[in-house]
Amino acid sequence: MPSHPKAALDFSPVGTEREVHTLSRPSLSYWQDAWLRLKANRRALVSLFLVIGLLLFTLVGPWLWQVNPASQDLDQVSQPPGVDRSALVVDPYTPWLGGATAGTGLRLAEPATTQSVRLAWDALPSARGHRVYRNLFPVGPELAYGIPRAEFFDNSTLTFEDRLDIKPGTYYYTIVALNADGSLSRETSALTVDVQRVTTVAEARERGLVANEAALVPGDRVELALHPLGTDYLGRDMLARLMAGARVSLFIGIGAPLCFVLFGVFFGSVAGFIGGKTDQVMMRFADFVVALPFLLFMILFKIAFGIGPGESGVMPMLVALVLLMWPATARLVRGQILQIREQGYISASQLLGAKTHYLILRHMLPNTLGVVLVTLTFAIPSAIFTEAFLSFIGMGVAPPTPSWGSMSNEGIKTMLTTPHELIFPAALISTTVLAFNLLGDGLRDALDARMRNRE
Amino acid sequence: MWSFILKRLAQGVITVWFIATATFFAMHNVPGDPLLNDRAMTAAIRANVEAKYGLDKPVAEQYVIYLGNLIRGDFGISFTQENREVNDIIREHFPVSATLGILAVLFAAAGGVLWGALTALYRNRMPDYVIMFFVILGISVPSFVIAAVSQLMLVGVNSALGVTLLPVAGWGTLSHMLLPALVLGLGTMAYLTRLMRSSMLEVISSDYVRTAKAKGLPAARIFTKHQLRNAILPVITVLGPSIAAITTGGFVVELVFAIPGLGRYFVQAVQQLDYTVIMGTTVFYGAFLVFMVIVVDVLYGLIDPRVRMQ
Amino acid sequence: MSETAKPVLSDDHFTRSAGKQLGLYALAALGVLGGLMALLSFAVGGTGGGAGGGAIDSDNNSITITLRQEPPQLDSGRSTDAASFSVLGHVMEGLLSYDRAGQLIPGVAERWEIREDGATFWLRDNALWSDGKPVTADDFVFAWRRVVDPETGSQYAFITYPIKNAEAITNGDLPIQTLGVSAASDRQLEVTFEQATPYFDKLVAFITFLPAREDFFQSTNGRYAADADMLLYNGPYLLTDWVHGASMRWTKNPYYWNDEKGFLDEINVAYITTDVNAKLNLFKDAQIADTDLVAPMLPEAMERRWHIDRFMDGTVFFLEFNHREGRITKNKNFRRAMQLAQDPSELVYKVLKEAAYIPAESLFPSWIQGAGDLFRKQHPPTKHQMDIEKAREHLELARIELGLDAWPPIVLLTGDTPVSTLSAEYYQELFKRNLGLEVRIDLQTFKQRLAKMTSGEFDLVLSGWGPDYDDALTFGDLFSSWNLNNRGRYDSAEMDGYVRIAQSELDPVKRMQAFAEIQRLSYEDIVVLPMYERGWSFVVDPRLDGLIRRTVGPEVDYTYASIKRE
Repeated sequence: MPSHPKAALDFSPVGTEREVHTLSRPSLSYWQDAWLRLKANRRALVSLFLVIGLLLFTLVGPWLWQVNPASQDLDQVSQPPGVDRSALVVDPYTPWLGGATAGTGLRLAEPATTQSVRLAWDALPSARGHRVYRNLFPVGPELAYGIPRAEFFDNSTLTFEDRLDIKPGTYYYTIVALNADGSLSRETSALTVDVQRVTTVAEARERGLVANEAALVPGDRVELALHPLGTDYLGRDMLARLMAGARVSLFIGIGAPLCFVLFGVFFGSVAGFIGGKTDQVMMRFADFVVALPFLLFMILFKIAFGIGPGESGVMPMLVALVLLMWPATARLVRGQILQIREQGYISASQLLGAKTHYLILRHMLPNTLGVVLVTLTFAIPSAIFTEAFLSFIGMGVAPPTPSWGSMSNEGIKTMLTTPHELIFPAALISTTVLAFNLLGDGLRDALDARMRNRE
Repeated sequence: MWSFILKRLAQGVITVWFIATATFFAMHNVPGDPLLNDRAMTAAIRANVEAKYGLDKPVAEQYVIYLGNLIRGDFGISFTQENREVNDIIREHFPVSATLGILAVLFAAAGGVLWGALTALYRNRMPDYVIMFFVILGISVPSFVIAAVSQLMLVGVNSALGVTLLPVAGWGTLSHMLLPALVLGLGTMAYLTRLMRSSMLEVISSDYVRTAKAKGLPAARIFTKHQLRNAILPVITVLGPSIAAITTGGFVVELVFAIPGLGRYFVQAVQQLDYTVIMGTTVFYGAFLVFMVIVVDVLYGLIDPRVRMQ
Repeated sequence: MSETAKPVLSDDHFTRSAGKQLGLYALAALGVLGGLMALLSFAVGGTGGGAGGGAIDSDNNSITITLRQEPPQLDSGRSTDAASFSVLGHVMEGLLSYDRAGQLIPGVAERWEIREDGATFWLRDNALWSDGKPVTADDFVFAWRRVVDPETGSQYAFITYPIKNAEAITNGDLPIQTLGVSAASDRQLEVTFEQATPYFDKLVAFITFLPAREDFFQSTNGRYAADADMLLYNGPYLLTDWVHGASMRWTKNPYYWNDEKGFLDEINVAYITTDVNAKLNLFKDAQIADTDLVAPMLPEAMERRWHIDRFMDGTVFFLEFNHREGRITKNKNFRRAMQLAQDPSELVYKVLKEAAYIPAESLFPSWIQGAGDLFRKQHPPTKHQMDIEKAREHLELARIELGLDAWPPIVLLTGDTPVSTLSAEYYQELFKRNLGLEVRIDLQTFKQRLAKMTSGEFDLVLSGWGPDYDDALTFGDLFSSWNLNNRGRYDSAEMDGYVRIAQSELDPVKRMQAFAEIQRLSYEDIVVLPMYERGWSFVVDPRLDGLIRRTVGPEVDYTYASIKRE
């Protein structure tokens, strides 16, 4: 240690301090302190931004991406994101009456398009009829020909038009000769077909795919409508539907907790403040409601309220949630109020002549607000999960109203073929639930009065 | 002590009555007609069927009969399974749900404590990150997605190994139960892991652990006696409510894994508007939960005399 | 969870030994859990399913399968659902049954005769109940009387109405003894008709006409057919085990007379589930012998080189109009506009995408038999052509006729199955785009939808109709004014006239002519809009032979199935 430079002063008398009460830190209100604490919590902050982002996605998103979530694009059904969208413009579809074309074996009667694949063939030598198959893979030694598309039990029909969900790409068609009893013989004829994506002039105009509509003629190429996140099973834009679904899921997810927390606060503070017999009766009632098996009653209420024509069923679900979930908050708030009522500052305030409503509004509620806020944040994930669960068992919001839960439920069915229909809504549910959970953690830590005194 | 138990039991009976009443009136408010079917019935046949189920009487009278039957423990005859009593249905399907639930709770509790302790011990190191990643998955992914994906993965594993490691669906043997119970317990396990971790961290930084270390006690002993023991307390207190949540939350798992439990039955009954089964199942579950809560309360009362005073 | 910023107190050594301790606890916990699980599995052993020996067990000559639903009970007099029909088709046999190709063959009756006023069935000697006693004509008399008895509350009582006095008995006007059926001897059953019923042979192959023995019925004390031991069997298989909701076991019936059926020693119904994904996973895992495939599964099925097959389950789905007075849909121009604005082939090919569905062209499905050949070939339905321009013209006409300024919303009632939901969403958007109509979807669960259909709270309803017997009449009488299943209350004297001819005309050609008129009228008067005929893609384990999926009769039939021998 270096020697002290002012050794002489060491023995001089201590002067009188001007300011005795110097605070080491500025005085902070409860909420300022909580906010500082929250800001220091990196995880909570990130989740706060996530929540804000989700709200922007829900509220501002539809302004930026103005695609009608209900509009069906049957040319692009269940399409994953980032697929080549260029299509040839052709004449509108007209029914095909068959008709022989020159050639041998199984052949295309007309160029194959996403509108239709028109096949013609010559009767196989020993055939008593034919069965037409379509495959996504070349037929191997297993002789698995793919999906049966048609059977003809005599040789009078030698043409077939396939229109079932044709996507651009390669298909392997096979015709198999039938024996007299209708069983398959070994005699086959195969054809590989490359299908081209097409659209019609009318379609292109209706969807506004080209700038100069008048000049569009069959033979031109156009780009089909863009769907950044792909489309669902009815060719509806996923992004637009996710935004519309967010409105429903978050409305239930945030709206229901908000309602029941408000009701719980009212119920709990009244019970806690009045006390005595009233308190007992009120709390006994809350106990009854707590005892109801939650999911069973959720389902029961959902069907008891019913959904009328054209209704989405969001309100019945919200009401059912509120009816079943308020007691937890009520109990919590009552406990808090009972505690606060015994505090010295309340008596002091009463002595100073404070009225009841003043006591409740000025002292009691603000002091329970922290706990209530934390409860609210944790209630949101469980409400969102409940909505998703109800959708899974088929009791969610009614179509065509989308919600993340119903979208994931639809997506599960096609999980293997078109995973994007499951991944996007499920990821949004997960993100939301996680964000609110972490935010709740952060809030609880930030508002915890015990922790205030620790650092 | 006895008066305490009696009081709780009396409260329980009133609660069950409340559940029964709520169920009855919710059920009778449901739009639709449980007796209708694909093929229409003539008026005479319909009148007979209505009389069989007592639907021809006024609602108030039906309610009185219903309560009377309830006291005798008779839930009536199923509407869809015309020759079976609801009691039989519960007796046959509840053990399945209960087994699944018990297993799931065991998995959740054991897993939660072990993983929680492990993450706290190795905090901010590899095991912590890996486990916390799964915890986050368990908390934030909807159970039906987890169930469907895990079933699919099991098929993949089975076909990769060439043998059936675990059955994909169904019920009956030990191996049928493993995956469904794990999936069912996953959410709770994740929750308990988080709880255990933070409670463990609190304990680790406590004075008595520091003292114990300073005394030079063996590490294993400090860990067991001082840390685990104290950290586990909050986990045990939340175990009660999670049992209830898991037992009634089995719907999804029972549906996905084709398990003949009461939850799946309830969902079907709701879709078929099977009045008696819906009411029976709900009241039964409600009574079961109420009873569980009373048992837990009484146990607490035995351990902690302060509870009895309240 | 709080992130403590404090320095780590414990050193590596502590962590390591504590970790070791934790590992020990984990092992102990695992042991305890294992023990508990073993205990639990022992405890619930009785509630479980048959943990089958895989899809095909050639050593025991048995297979493992799934059922889509649990049969509510197996009382043939009261069964209404496909699951019960499937099970009963294996464990019971009626007077007549079906061969591999779906043609009627003798069952308990070895020969029969149908006259204008009645029918006679001669029963075979070697048809036995599973307790060894012969099946007698009295067993049929008892069973059929039970069906019409209002006490029984049979929903299928209407199917017996061709028998004399059946309708009056179900209405409670006559005692059950007056039913036009009697046992001339143990081996001879006499039936008297209410009116000529040329298709009566096809009718008696239906489940409701199965026999039941009175003494056994009485001994079950009201629990008849509720459990495996509460039913007496006379089919190729016996129900030897029935764990409700979980599993069943069908065992070969030693008393069964026909050695052309029942080749497997045992059929294990190890799973009961509606979940097609679970079924697919079980099939992939070689745990079940066959499974249905829905559209999203087909690419994987092709990749795995499975032999995919398909069958029509006979059901036709249609959009039914509400023809009640005061409804917009009562207006014919309005219905015509809706008809012209849609095309079922777009629904099937672009929206539903099910490979086994075919667009419906008529009220009568394509597989219905006419006189000698397919009805569809002899009487092709009107070719439908979508025409939006014309549709809008008709809509405008309807608007003027109804004196409306703007169209009120149209209510489309639908069930909650995925396919009907999907169709409803499609139609909503279609009618909005093509006709500018606002369609409100009213999605209801099964019973709620039926309640609304019965009370007429809809404009349009998505509904379907499956065949009860192999005759055009099962569809043909649907829109007669007296049919209770005519939920849209279509009421036309012309239709009623044709239905009466179809019911009792003995000349098959003239009878089919009447059906052709019904088909024409249902298109021209737009009684319904046909949507699709339902079919199923399915795949069978290559080791199994002879599994039959039927359009009429039990939907799935293992009675001709056998395991291939290498």
